[in-house]
Amino acid sequence: MSTTLLDPTSELQPATRQLNDRLSSLVGATVGLLDISKPRGKEFLDEVEKQLTALGATVKRYSKPTFTRVAPTELSQRISVECDAVIEGLAD
Amino acid sequence: MNSSSESQFALVLKKDCATCRLIEPVARELAEQLRDSLRIYVQDDPSFPESIAGKVDDTQLEFSFHNDIEVVPTLIRFCAGKESERIFGWDRKQWQDFMQMPGLGNELPDFRPGCGSKSRDPGMEDMLAVKFGGARQAARQLEIDDSEDVMEACYERGWTDGLPVTPPTPVRVARMLAASDRTADEIIGNIPPDYAPCSIEKAAINAVMAGCKPEYFPVVLAALEGALQEPFCWHGLLCTTYFSSPVVIVSGPVSKRIGMNSGINALGQGNRANATIGRSLQLIIQNIGGGRPGGIDRATLGNPGKYSFCFAEDESDEQWPSLAMDRGYTRADSVVSLFAGSGIQPVMDQQSRNPESLARSLAASLRTVSHAKVFMQTDALLVLSPEHRRVFRQGGWNKAEVKAAIYEALRTPGEELVRGAGGIAEGLPEQFKDRTLDKFRADGLHIASAGGTAGLFSAIIAGWVASGEKGSQLVSQAMV
Repeated sequence: MSTTLLDPTSELQPATRQLNDRLSSLVGATVGLLDISKPRGKEFLDEVEKQLTALGATVKRYSKPTFTRVAPTELSQRISVECDAVIEGLAD
Repeated sequence: MNSSSESQFALVLKKDCATCRLIEPVARELAEQLRDSLRIYVQDDPSFPESIAGKVDDTQLEFSFHNDIEVVPTLIRFCAGKESERIFGWDRKQWQDFMQMPGLGNELPDFRPGCGSKSRDPGMEDMLAVKFGGARQAARQLEIDDSEDVMEACYERGWTDGLPVTPPTPVRVARMLAASDRTADEIIGNIPPDYAPCSIEKAAINAVMAGCKPEYFPVVLAALEGALQEPFCWHGLLCTTYFSSPVVIVSGPVSKRIGMNSGINALGQGNRANATIGRSLQLIIQNIGGGRPGGIDRATLGNPGKYSFCFAEDESDEQWPSLAMDRGYTRADSVVSLFAGSGIQPVMDQQSRNPESLARSLAASLRTVSHAKVFMQTDALLVLSPEHRRVFRQGGWNKAEVKAAIYEALRTPGEELVRGAGGIAEGLPEQFKDRTLDKFRADGLHIASAGGTAGLFSAIIAGWVASGEKGSQLVSQAMV
């Protein structure tokens, strides 16, 4: 079952949520790396961090308590405040 | 039976109706006699009447809706696929004549009234109109799965002003639209800042979300048309870093009809019409116009009226013209006026017992609108309470005299207002030094009445610093 709602907007935007604009440059940007706490995530993200740093980005590392649940609100909020972009390590 | 044998019949029943249960033997006899020429539709329990086979399940009420069934039982005769005649309730003689069956229901009482059709239950018609009536709703439909909280879904899509909204379901929107004579696809105007076209339907969706009852909708539409008048400058008002936003003042008979508040706490919370009409306008410019705080809405501080700021005028004093009457309308006109306002500044004067003193007192407070040294730039709306109004009335003053006295009390030599005067850098350019200046431009001070009957207080609603032709002017829109 579902509820039907009528779109109150001008419909100039798609109904689905939009992605943020892509960063034009990584130089000086703060990029968050979110480890979802799957095995070997750390090794993989270490390598990603190395490459991002080489491209001029500042990297901040975060991790979720468990990959089985969505990130705690507090963590999402922290990332949104501290970072310009975030890369989430998804699954294996 | 003669001519009846060429006809088709439909009998609509509801188990919950005592008359329908009473005529079960009649229905059975008709079913036996007419066979395929009769269809029996049941609105509530398709197993009823148990003694008759081959009933049609109309629990969805599609047949009842399309055939405009008002009462059960209803018996309809169709000729060549078209209804030729119908009867309802139970009147033995009428049924016998209708069917040309003299013995029909002889064992039953002469007369029993029917019951209301389920398709006419309160609220049901609108739901059926959406379901079966092809109520043409053009807006994009979003399916929110039951696993998702509908209220949260509205938040997540950015549709709210920070407070919860009523989810805009097709039925609610259909009810809102039904309260206006205007067609759903009519474009009322382009909403700034995106200048996106706004249909009556889109306005209705946002009015639903704001919490409006359908009967408020014509007022919402008038407010919207007022806001779209060029002199109101809704675009600039939305984009400004200043505090201002639309203040909606409703005058005339409509305010009483829909139960608006013009009395105690008129500028405050608690009245559904006041709260939701003003809010509709804000949701429309946000959702349709794309005017979002932090986006195109660049207000430094904003004001609480940006959630909603709408009130009705107190017109209890027949001798005191309403704001709408100042704009050329009559007491009998229902008019929505819009002012670019920046919150409320209270005026307390509990000592003035004559008009001269009170006018000077109000003027002293009005001097600080936007800044005590800034003149001719910012309009103001003065909301006189009944007790302050009484002081003027008992002193024999009319509204024009009040206004003139306030202008007079505020007239100030430019040398006191120029930049640097009084040790304050803010002020008027040096060129005004040798002039005597009015605080407000000629049409820049408006007076409305509202408030409870106790309290020698009035309210100043300061305008936008960009008042007048270069910015926003008070506009009025009559309801048609």
